[in-house]
Amino acid sequence: MKSNNRKKDIGFIIFVVLAFAFPFIFSLLGQTSLTEGINKFWQGQLINFFIMAVFAMSYDLLIGYAGMLSFGHAASFGGGAYTVALLLTHVAPGILKSYRIFIGNLNITEIVILIMCFLAAILVSILIGLLFSASAMRVKGAYFAMLTLALATALNLLARATDFVEWTGADEGMHGVPVPMWINPTQNRLTFYFIALTFMVVAYLLMKRIVSSPTGRVIQATRENEDRSRMIGYNPVTYRTLAFVIASVFAGVAGGLYSLWTTSATPSMTSSVTTVNALIMTIFGGMGTLIGPILGAGIMQIFSQFLYTWFGARWPLVFGIIFVLIVMFLPYGIVGTWRLQGFKLKQGWQRLLGMLKSKD
Amino acid sequence: MTNETILEAQNLRKSFGGLIAVDDVSIQIAKGSMHAIIGPNGAGKTTFFNLLSGMMSPDSGKIFYKGENITNVAPQRRAHMGIGRSFQITNIFPNLNVLENIRLGTQAMGKDNFRFFSLAERYPIYVEKALEVIDLVGLRGREGVLARNLAHGEKRKLELGIMLSTEPELLLFDEPTAGMSSEQVPELIEIINKVVHLKSSTAILVEHRMDMVMSVSDRITVMAQGRLLAEGTPHEIAHNAQVQAAYLGDLYGELV
Repeated sequence: MKSNNRKKDIGFIIFVVLAFAFPFIFSLLGQTSLTEGINKFWQGQLINFFIMAVFAMSYDLLIGYAGMLSFGHAASFGGGAYTVALLLTHVAPGILKSYRIFIGNLNITEIVILIMCFLAAILVSILIGLLFSASAMRVKGAYFAMLTLALATALNLLARATDFVEWTGADEGMHGVPVPMWINPTQNRLTFYFIALTFMVVAYLLMKRIVSSPTGRVIQATRENEDRSRMIGYNPVTYRTLAFVIASVFAGVAGGLYSLWTTSATPSMTSSVTTVNALIMTIFGGMGTLIGPILGAGIMQIFSQFLYTWFGARWPLVFGIIFVLIVMFLPYGIVGTWRLQGFKLKQGWQRLLGMLKSKD
Repeated sequence: MTNETILEAQNLRKSFGGLIAVDDVSIQIAKGSMHAIIGPNGAGKTTFFNLLSGMMSPDSGKIFYKGENITNVAPQRRAHMGIGRSFQITNIFPNLNVLENIRLGTQAMGKDNFRFFSLAERYPIYVEKALEVIDLVGLRGREGVLARNLAHGEKRKLELGIMLSTEPELLLFDEPTAGMSSEQVPELIEIINKVVHLKSSTAILVEHRMDMVMSVSDRITVMAQGRLLAEGTPHEIAHNAQVQAAYLGDLYGELV
């Protein structure tokens, strides 16, 4: 068991080292500039992947570890994105005009503002997590899924409401969020690349810690058997709420970073499509594995890139077919099936044929 | 056995729509005793158990545990007060291994449930306690097996193990031998006897196997159609004409 864990750790360490070295290796191999052209493009692809990986992992906390199928997880992601974007657009400029504190070349005011923005995003996502828990936790299964979908849709409508168009840009969303120069993904992409990568690594390690902690174990027990966890002295609602809030915070911070990365916040970030993307990534990689969603996010990033080049706007159709095949042949996702050593070609065919036959 | 009462139910009543599952049931359980509840299918035994363990709340009536009114206390609180329950239909954590199934119970009684950033393995006390329970129920060597991959008999032992993991003073056994073959039953009875007598705890036992009830229990309560029919020592119950008529029937003949 232990050596197995160490093997997994080594795999992750190699991945992290490679990811940190990637821009340099790419630059050396291709004789390209570190900060421009194709290198910059791939850094961008990876930044997107790192952020979505954290969002997918946070979704895995909900569905894989706590056993809650939420269709409203984008509310936390979008909530974080809007918090950061709103504060940077409407509050930060005023403060920056009146206070300018420098240490050497470092604009301390900017850094403090950025930290405050993310603290605010954390606060907002905690509130969203609590709101979702308080209202949806009383029901189970499909009802729970519908309630979370309804709440997220309400938030989506709020983001699109024309009443606040001066603040949020309504349907258009907010664009051109004034991101400080030193972290700006256009001017200083390499810096942003390392920040996003570090964020993903730290988020992974934290979540891995949380799911192996005494509290994390209880969360999994409530997923496995609610009544029994009650009978041995745990209140499932407490632990589910905790799981919801923790997942919400990670999603919110990922959303905040995503708004810096795209210098925008749009209603689509709070839409169910965003949630379903996380769901697909998690199922692709394997629920309840954490490393699976990272893999799923990476695959989705690559697929969306190449399939778009090959098939144009119809790429989701092709992706859908691939997704069906994955579910048929790898029912526990890539990582889950690998760990269970349960890849069975024959069973996959039977499932697929069964599905095709039942259509007649 | 002392004369002290550990659990008392007063006029408990629970109905589901038109069906009265538990009808005006009062019972006193003496501390340190092994008290069996028997009755034909649909007599309301499991509902009565659900009321005692807090899985359901009664329509009317009161439950006292160690003199404290626990009628509306949540099951998780009752677990902390020292009430443990096993289930008739195996109720385990299927995708966790045997050790973790039981460790969760030992952890529940500790003070480390709200630690997010330290590994659960950092608290060996819970693992040690869990291993003691595993020894007690005879699952040594199976710690690493996923609960859902256990054989039925082993699952029944795990079922008991999870209940014992919280070190309850009052044990509620809901048909512990359900679905077990006759060869497996004596081992389980031995475990139950060991548990109850070693820790001098109190046990309430719902059981279908008449032979088992007669041999292990100090007192027997007979339920039929949601009502209390009779209560007494095994000897008294076996010779109670009312019970014979309502429940034992031909079975009584086998016993004598």
